[in-house]
Amino acid sequence: MFDMISNIFKNLSSKPATRKYPFEKRETFKDSRGSVKGVDIDTCIFCGICARKCPSDAIAVDRNSKSWEIDPFKCVVCGVCAEVCPKKCLFMDEQYSASAYSKGKNKFVQQPKPAEEEPGKVSA
Amino acid sequence: MPKTIIPFGPQHPVLPEPLHLKLVMQDETIVEAIPAIGYVHRGLEKLTETKEFTQNVYIVERICGICSFMHALTYCQGIESLMGVEVPPRARFLRVIWAELHRIHSHLLWLGLLADAFGFESLFMQCWRNREKVMDIMEETCGSRVIISGNTIGGTRRDISSEMLVKISSVADEIRDDLKRVEPVFFNDYTVKHRLVGVGVLEREKAYVLGAAGPMARGSGIRQDLRMTGYAAYGELDFEPIVETDGDCYARTMVRLKEVYQSIELIKQAASIIPEGEISVPVKGFPKGEVVSRVEQPRGEVLYYMRGNGTKNLDRLRVRTPTFANIPALLQMLPGSQLADVPVLILTIDPCISCTER
Repeated sequence: MFDMISNIFKNLSSKPATRKYPFEKRETFKDSRGSVKGVDIDTCIFCGICARKCPSDAIAVDRNSKSWEIDPFKCVVCGVCAEVCPKKCLFMDEQYSASAYSKGKNKFVQQPKPAEEEPGKVSA
Repeated sequence: MPKTIIPFGPQHPVLPEPLHLKLVMQDETIVEAIPAIGYVHRGLEKLTETKEFTQNVYIVERICGICSFMHALTYCQGIESLMGVEVPPRARFLRVIWAELHRIHSHLLWLGLLADAFGFESLFMQCWRNREKVMDIMEETCGSRVIISGNTIGGTRRDISSEMLVKISSVADEIRDDLKRVEPVFFNDYTVKHRLVGVGVLEREKAYVLGAAGPMARGSGIRQDLRMTGYAAYGELDFEPIVETDGDCYARTMVRLKEVYQSIELIKQAASIIPEGEISVPVKGFPKGEVVSRVEQPRGEVLYYMRGNGTKNLDRLRVRTPTFANIPALLQMLPGSQLADVPVLILTIDPCISCTER
């Protein structure tokens, strides 16, 4: 009948098991799947493999307008997109995403490259 | 004496899951229990037919949060046997480690919920504090606490380093020591025994006829554990299923409590003999043919039926979960018991309604 008493006294003398969360935050673990941060849009080749492999259809890639778009409210943070990316230009964040006031999509658009990058081709 | 019908659930303080029972009462005694399920049906089986078979791993994981890894394991093992994929030995051992971690956290969660059901708040907190250590290991090794997405067809997605394996073994020891401290409360405490001993007795023959699964069957003296079939790496590990013969709520609690120790031993065994090597093999082609895949979940046996037609989509995926097998046994136990015992009785089948309804 007194089996719990010893536990109770031990708990009284030990430090709490919980954290005072908003003031004291735990460090995230390495490679924790928090959220999909986004894409390095200048490296992206718009192959669309990430969009095809995504189990929740959260990613939309458009080759013509050179845009890469993710719906964070559809994303289940499985990390498959970052795994299959051939250019390894998709990044995961170890911190989970904060709550939001409104729904929206994260869109990345590649800007057209400046003309002075191709003078070699012009001369040849 | 006139009969009255008292609805139990779908919203009930003792159970977060929407199980609805119409209890036909005579005074305080239950005469009949009529179940009604279907409150959290999400159509996941139909969804899997529209997705690629590789994407389905992440859908079946979401059937149930508590045994997410085992759902993915069952699915992957089925597809692997359809396609004739040989999983590397290291991946098989990693699967055992994660599966047993899931069993520990599920049983600790259940022990806490049981304590909460008979009003023992501090015992509930003790169990859940232990569970938190398992959740941290999951996040450290796989990147997520609950839906860990460790499986892929052909192996596992992540490896566990040798330092991490040592850490897992030492944390498993810590959990065992902490559980040893609360174990006498479940074993000997007067109030706990008063609520559990002799309540909801399910005889061996009845459990067999009604097709009870997992700790329900083992608590009634049926020596049935799918891990004995030696899937993944269980064939290379040494263990004996835990069987109690009384068939009451107390026996089922004992089975689950002892299974936590058993899982800890299995993890330590697996961590000590895990071979080096690859963690996954590339998979080419599409599944064709039909297969039945079975795995022992914390709640019992889960059964997957899959039929592939040689394209990227499956024709059919059918899931039969352990709670579905245990509900007939629950309906047998309820008549004749008191209304106050109903929460404890329902909890000892460890119901997972989101599994059952998918």
